[in-house]
Amino acid sequence: MNKETPLVYELSQEGKKGFSLPHSHFDSSDISKLVPESLMRDPEMDLPSVSEPELVRHYVNLSQKNFSVDTNFYPLGSCTMKYNPKINEDAARFDGFANIHPLQPEDSLQGIMKLLFDLESSLKEITGMDRFTLQPAAGAHGELCGMMLVKSYHEARGDMKRKNVLVPDSSHGTNPASAALFGFNVVEVKSDERGRVDLAHLKSLINDETACLMLTNPNTIGLFEDDIQQIQKAIHDVGGLLYYDGANMNALLGIARPGDMGFDIVHLNLHKTFSTPHGGGGPGAGPVGVKKHLIPYLPTPLVKEEKGVYSWDEDIPDSIGKLRAFLGNIGVLVRAYVYIAHLGREGLKQVSQDAIINANYLKKKIEEHFTVPFPGFCMHEFVAQAVKQNDLGVHATDIAKRLLDFGIHAPTIYFPLIVAEAMMIEPTETESKATLDQFVKVMLTIADEAVEFPERLHEAPFTLAISRPDEVKAARNPILTYKDYRASKDNNGSSSISTTGVPVHAG
Amino acid sequence: MSNWLPLTETDRSEMLKELGVDSFEQLIEFVPKDLRISDLNIPDGLNELELMRKTKALAQTNQSTSDFMSYLGAGCYEHFIPSIVNHMLSRGEFYTAYTPYQAEASQGTLQTIFEYQSMMSELTGMDLSNASNYDGASATAEAALLALRHTRRNKILVSKSLHPDYRSTIQTYLSGDDYVIEEINWSEKGFLDQTQLLASLDKEVAALIVQTPNFFGVVEDFEKITEKVHEVGALLVAAVNPISCGLFKGPGQWGADIAVGEGQSLGVPMALGGPALGFFAVKKALMRKIPGRLAGMTTDRNGNRCFTLTLQAREQHIRREKAGSNICTNQALLALAACVYLSAMGKEGVRKVSEYNFRSALYLKEQLSKVKGLEIVFSGTSFNEFVIRSKNVSVSDIQKQLKDFKIFGGVDLGRFYSEFKDCLLICATETKTKEDLDKFVNAMKQILS
Repeated sequence: MNKETPLVYELSQEGKKGFSLPHSHFDSSDISKLVPESLMRDPEMDLPSVSEPELVRHYVNLSQKNFSVDTNFYPLGSCTMKYNPKINEDAARFDGFANIHPLQPEDSLQGIMKLLFDLESSLKEITGMDRFTLQPAAGAHGELCGMMLVKSYHEARGDMKRKNVLVPDSSHGTNPASAALFGFNVVEVKSDERGRVDLAHLKSLINDETACLMLTNPNTIGLFEDDIQQIQKAIHDVGGLLYYDGANMNALLGIARPGDMGFDIVHLNLHKTFSTPHGGGGPGAGPVGVKKHLIPYLPTPLVKEEKGVYSWDEDIPDSIGKLRAFLGNIGVLVRAYVYIAHLGREGLKQVSQDAIINANYLKKKIEEHFTVPFPGFCMHEFVAQAVKQNDLGVHATDIAKRLLDFGIHAPTIYFPLIVAEAMMIEPTETESKATLDQFVKVMLTIADEAVEFPERLHEAPFTLAISRPDEVKAARNPILTYKDYRASKDNNGSSSISTTGVPVHAG
Repeated sequence: MSNWLPLTETDRSEMLKELGVDSFEQLIEFVPKDLRISDLNIPDGLNELELMRKTKALAQTNQSTSDFMSYLGAGCYEHFIPSIVNHMLSRGEFYTAYTPYQAEASQGTLQTIFEYQSMMSELTGMDLSNASNYDGASATAEAALLALRHTRRNKILVSKSLHPDYRSTIQTYLSGDDYVIEEINWSEKGFLDQTQLLASLDKEVAALIVQTPNFFGVVEDFEKITEKVHEVGALLVAAVNPISCGLFKGPGQWGADIAVGEGQSLGVPMALGGPALGFFAVKKALMRKIPGRLAGMTTDRNGNRCFTLTLQAREQHIRREKAGSNICTNQALLALAACVYLSAMGKEGVRKVSEYNFRSALYLKEQLSKVKGLEIVFSGTSFNEFVIRSKNVSVSDIQKQLKDFKIFGGVDLGRFYSEFKDCLLICATETKTKEDLDKFVNAMKQILS
């Protein structure tokens, strides 16, 4: 493999082109006669000129520098890197889904509207909620939507002092960020020695200023919050709401439902539990489900059905408004619909069962060599610690990087923040026992290597195109564009290579 | 059982045995019994063939641009997409990868983000671009938040000719605090009303948010306005259609501080308005405040050139409640589409597409202006969209009759602005030939005669 792939700019050559466009048969008079000079752009723009075969090779070569679910085991905790079914991709690209405009008349969109309506029905049933908005584009977008609903709900009741949003110290970074972005005061709840919400601490923090508690269940350690009934009662007793971060819903399909646990608001990550691809960072979809008392505040529009005819319901007087333009990440919603329709009620149940079996199996197989901080069975993922290895000078980041040499993507590391040297491992249900056994073998090999030659592991990976990018240099002298790069070449100083690993990662 | 699940019954029982339990139920004893459900009330699973049939039937119930000739725009556009774009997106190595946190395992994604950032910065005339936001509307709302934070002021001025969904999204995003949003009207030609602007522009203003081409399709000259905005210490946020930047000056070239918008025009199908991609580009001064991910170039342990996510101290996974934005998942795969599209088009192709759109819409505008009963509403320069008024026949009647011609003849502007109940917003791109446009004009003639 080439260590450095040229930038597309470096392939550029005057006279080459990668496009084939129609000739215009309109008024052919000089463009400068038609466009005022003050508005017109100088045509000399720095974009590359490359032929199509060269472009294809360029991007295919680049693709091969990625690890992906299609090519590697990807046990990245909290991210649910399950197989992305191919039929989903075909369906989303059907002409009747891909080439439709959001402002077409409703009678020309009945197929997609039915699909969205049916998807909403399935999501309601799976979570035990009363209505969903399909508009949010991602989990964090769903959280923001949730915070808006919380505020509208309290204010509509004339309850104006609800300024606090509680989040466990093990929560995803998006939870406090979403609450703060919408002007709430973030209050952190401690975890107890069992890795769950410390109920006593929670009770000491809640009062008539509590707007809501955001909770992931199972939590980011992969443990079921078994006090959930007491938690929900405590929150509701002080008039607060309970928000469900659905990042870990893959553990609960057909087993239990957030709606039955007392959650008032739920977001789902369709790009986790419902198999839509992560796309190298997106797009996802973060539908938000609510109980009856929050329906009046949902964003506009919703899909409405009357006698088999579907329409957009824009008439929601107390709605929080719009979270984005148009209707949502429709292509992602189509994929999730296909996923649910294929698995059906038995299949979905099996998904969570297999995810839980796989996670517990891995935990059991490696816990002798890597510390597992909390005892008992986990749900669909677990956290192990490189504690013994730390004593040898080997860190979670070194283990993560060494795994890459064996063709296995790293787990999520240094998250949750409350666990030292954390490695969060989530195999998902779409991995075979053989793959899991191979992973175990590799982990044990690395445990041995940590004893035999700890220093060497600081230099892993050894077999990939690159190893240990200099993060400090990247942040100190940011080169963010080709233009920056050319400028930097003109005053190129010597650089110090840092061996520090990548910081926290969390889905 | 599903072909997506590799565990066999034997595997399951062996693994359970390994775990020292007899049944799956024993693994989930932490889940209180009264919370467990025995079944989901959803239909049984379908096999792949049934599922394909069912889903295709739903798709075929819709009227797509293959069935109808569409003149709809308003923030979501029908453009030609070179085949190469979808083929590159369909590489499993790209679309089944996660966010490139592990740089060594993600050089492909990271380099394409770097290339995307480079090309978007160039196109918009800005210094740097992030790796994408959700869409144009949410990117614009995040720009408002950035400006409020950056200037520590609490008022935002928004052009009323900014896309109504964008204005509504700004409103929603800002409703958590006591911010003031003031809307600035348009003038007769369709330009921002400068008199009203100057009356509202003071040292409490964090930003003026404008759009060009604006929602009515009018290309605006904001150079002098930007100077005024800067004089009071506020930022100029410009929402732009990136493909218009092939022909018209990019916002960076006339002084904007933040350029945002919808990148769907760059190689992404309409798909009922999503998923597409918001882009977010800024001047250097705002580099450490830009929301979302950034890929940067650096070197590795062996001195090789490589790429990594950088300036992550801005982001939620490090800063939690102190982060400037909560964004995590973005629209990466569509940023890759834009990257491949721009690489294929190059400067010559982008210019050509941009000019084609301009000439095509200009022709349609001229032809429709000659139809009896129609008049062009704004005299300003347009890009690929414009507004016409129907003096005698109602907009809904026109739309109803256009169905017989299999034409979606523009957006009913009254849906967004009560003062334009008799107007259509019409868009023409490079997907239409001269003959197509003539067909539309003739249909309008027949309807209005």
